[in-house]
Amino acid sequence: MSDVLKIIAKRLGLGFVTLLVISVIIFSAVEMLPGDIAEAVLGQGATKENVAAMREQLGLDRPAPVRYFEWLGNALTGDFGQSLVSQKPVSGAIAERFANTLFLALYAALIAVPIAILLGVLTALWRNSLFDRVANVATLTSISSPEFFLGYILILFLSVKTGYFPSLAKISADMTLWEKLDRMFLPALTMVLVVVAHMMRMTRSAIINLLASPYIEMARLKGVPGWRIIVRHALPNAWAPIINVIALNLAYLVTGVVLVEVVFVFPGIGQMLVDSVTKRDFPVVQACCLIFATTFILLNLAADVGAILTNPRLRHPK
Amino acid sequence: MTKKTESELVDRLAADAKAGRISRRQFLQYTMVAGMSASAGSLLWTSGVAAAVPKRGGTFRWGIHDGNTSDTHDPGTYVTRQMIFLAHQYRSYLTQIEPDNSLGPDLALSWEATPDAKQWTFKLNPNASFHSGRPVTAEDVVASLNHHRGEKTTSAAKSLLTDVKDIIAADKHTITVKLSGGNADLPWLMTDYHLAICPAKSDGTIDWKSGDGSGPYKIDSGKFGVSWNLSRHDGWHGKGAYFDAVEMVVLNDPNARQTALITGDVDCVSQVDLKTLNLLKRNPNIQVDNVPSGAAITMPMFCDTAPFNDVNVRNALKLSMDRQEIIDKIAFGAATMGNDFHLAPVQPYFPADIPQREYDPEKAKALLKKAGAEGLSVSLSTADSVFSGAVDMCVLYAEQAKKAGININVVREPNDGFYSDVWLKKPFTAVSWGARPTPDVMFTLAYKHDAAWNESHWKNERFNELLLQAKSELNQERRAEMYNEMCQLMRDDGGTLIPFFNNFVYARNKKVMHGLELAANWACDGARAPSRWWFA
Repeated sequence: MSDVLKIIAKRLGLGFVTLLVISVIIFSAVEMLPGDIAEAVLGQGATKENVAAMREQLGLDRPAPVRYFEWLGNALTGDFGQSLVSQKPVSGAIAERFANTLFLALYAALIAVPIAILLGVLTALWRNSLFDRVANVATLTSISSPEFFLGYILILFLSVKTGYFPSLAKISADMTLWEKLDRMFLPALTMVLVVVAHMMRMTRSAIINLLASPYIEMARLKGVPGWRIIVRHALPNAWAPIINVIALNLAYLVTGVVLVEVVFVFPGIGQMLVDSVTKRDFPVVQACCLIFATTFILLNLAADVGAILTNPRLRHPK
Repeated sequence: MTKKTESELVDRLAADAKAGRISRRQFLQYTMVAGMSASAGSLLWTSGVAAAVPKRGGTFRWGIHDGNTSDTHDPGTYVTRQMIFLAHQYRSYLTQIEPDNSLGPDLALSWEATPDAKQWTFKLNPNASFHSGRPVTAEDVVASLNHHRGEKTTSAAKSLLTDVKDIIAADKHTITVKLSGGNADLPWLMTDYHLAICPAKSDGTIDWKSGDGSGPYKIDSGKFGVSWNLSRHDGWHGKGAYFDAVEMVVLNDPNARQTALITGDVDCVSQVDLKTLNLLKRNPNIQVDNVPSGAAITMPMFCDTAPFNDVNVRNALKLSMDRQEIIDKIAFGAATMGNDFHLAPVQPYFPADIPQREYDPEKAKALLKKAGAEGLSVSLSTADSVFSGAVDMCVLYAEQAKKAGININVVREPNDGFYSDVWLKKPFTAVSWGARPTPDVMFTLAYKHDAAWNESHWKNERFNELLLQAKSELNQERRAEMYNEMCQLMRDDGGTLIPFFNNFVYARNKKVMHGLELAANWACDGARAPSRWWFA
């Protein structure tokens, strides 16, 4: 087990370096955007003096590297600074929205992952059957449509025409869990439709790959029934690639929801990131992006650890 | 005017009225100016809204567009509709634009000027109070206006108050504003959305962070970019505020807005997508309000840069646009035709007797020949973010101008930084302007010879002379004459092509009622729907 811990420690160290690099890239990218925060905040109505006064007030007249290292120094001590626009702490503003995003991602994942794996196993079991074809066509169609389009279709049929679910996913802290789940059903369903195909196809092909191996043939010769071959013999060896794909899709559920948020008016972190970029609100952009990057790094790490745990051979790389 | 053209004009106006392009008030205004009897026209509206007695009660759920997570309560940085619409609920202004587009009282009960219009005195309503319970006093007003003045201010309204020399609290309920030059429009300026009155702190600055105000509704809870819950301020000094509570929901996505209205999640939306307007109108539960405004699309040409330095070239370009086609195809009919002067029919001092400039490629050709600029080729810059259909409008215009032998090369600029990198920098652009309360503000801002935003680099001596005279002229008749002449100058000599003034198009559930007229300064009855409208 200690070798796994060593791997985790090493990966976390590398992850930290990655975050540093990302923060530099984001800072330069925000700097390179045309216009600056003073112009963006004051809008079209500002005069030159207004803009200059605001730049001075926000400290934007100092050179870019100075501002970056000042931010970095504070960030290392856990202080992500204040939003330049609203003058409120970044962490407070982000926390609630990120919690909403995580909640939606979890909701979607709890529906999507079991469905995807079940469909994957079933399509592998009945491969090339009508069921296989239909499942493939349906999931590939949903992944090929843009999220906002899927969202609109769902709104049209499940909200406007039938009234089963609300089209606005505005949730607030005083709602019961059940109310929240009802309000958030359509955005969650949209995301489920977007991620299922990828995970299902990977499960299916990983299993089918293994079905050609000699030990599966052995099991078959022994007279083990088809579903048992897949669940007991093939699936355990197929976990590594499946876990990887699941991790990638979970990361996508957290980071790729901007369009879904816009369509369903869901108060998540994606909308906040977009708003901050338009206003050049660097501390908020930086914090959002670092959260996204951390999500990717941690989920990838989890995928690797999961793969290693399901396949002891990976613990001893040659 | 012969009998024939007169009846043609009435027909055209009636058609416009039926299509909702002009209001009843405008119709009467136009026909009266033309010296016609409008008995036929007055029948147009009788079947519409019957004046009803407002009823109190209910929660008004209002879906609004253009809201940002990073918005704030700072009145100096008000820029999105969320900030502006919210401000009209929880804060007050000194004056307000009434539904019939006249000037009316808000916090100020009355106002008067010295004969040179250099000093204005406002009397406050003694009943006005902040939500915290404290009465609104002259100190609060002074501090609130000073927020936009001085070296250090970051307010975008600074330029509006540059003439202000001093603001004095004469007594608890009297404010005196001293100006460096006469300005007959000062009470109108006080309706500007930045000039919200906030509670003053002891050091003479204002407390804008707490969200306390003296408006008809107080903030119970809310977050920028998401939603706001407000409830009636029982001590409000004004008349109205029929709803018990107001819920403002930020719905930036046009589809989300329309869906929310159709499914009944909101009672009113502040903007509807024009492309689907006709589909929305089919819904029997929904009423669409199509209100002409003073917001304009302008196409400035640099009058000091070839080829636009020749007035014949400028007028040829103005003649080469088929405005009706552009209004029909780009604005889907929801616009008022422009006549190349920056004053809309719903605004004060609109000169109704200046003839409409029509599409005339032949005349344009003749003008180009006179200027020796046949086969003119120019570049026109715009961006998608300027307004929905901006690039399409320019492409359509380029097609129309071909008939006059003009080749217009439409340049689609990036949305980001359009107003900082393209506008005022490229010689021919298409941009959009929000409405300003009076012609003086608009002309001073963008047509005065030394204005920072003189987007057409137009320098007309007579115009600038009139502009200064009109500013301090308190005699309404003489003032109207001056603005009439200025508009004529803009139209015939100016460097700005004005295709149209875009309407505010918003929609509400049928159970939401409003008065016969709707203010034209902002969407939803001058952003005051929550305090002016009621449930049936």
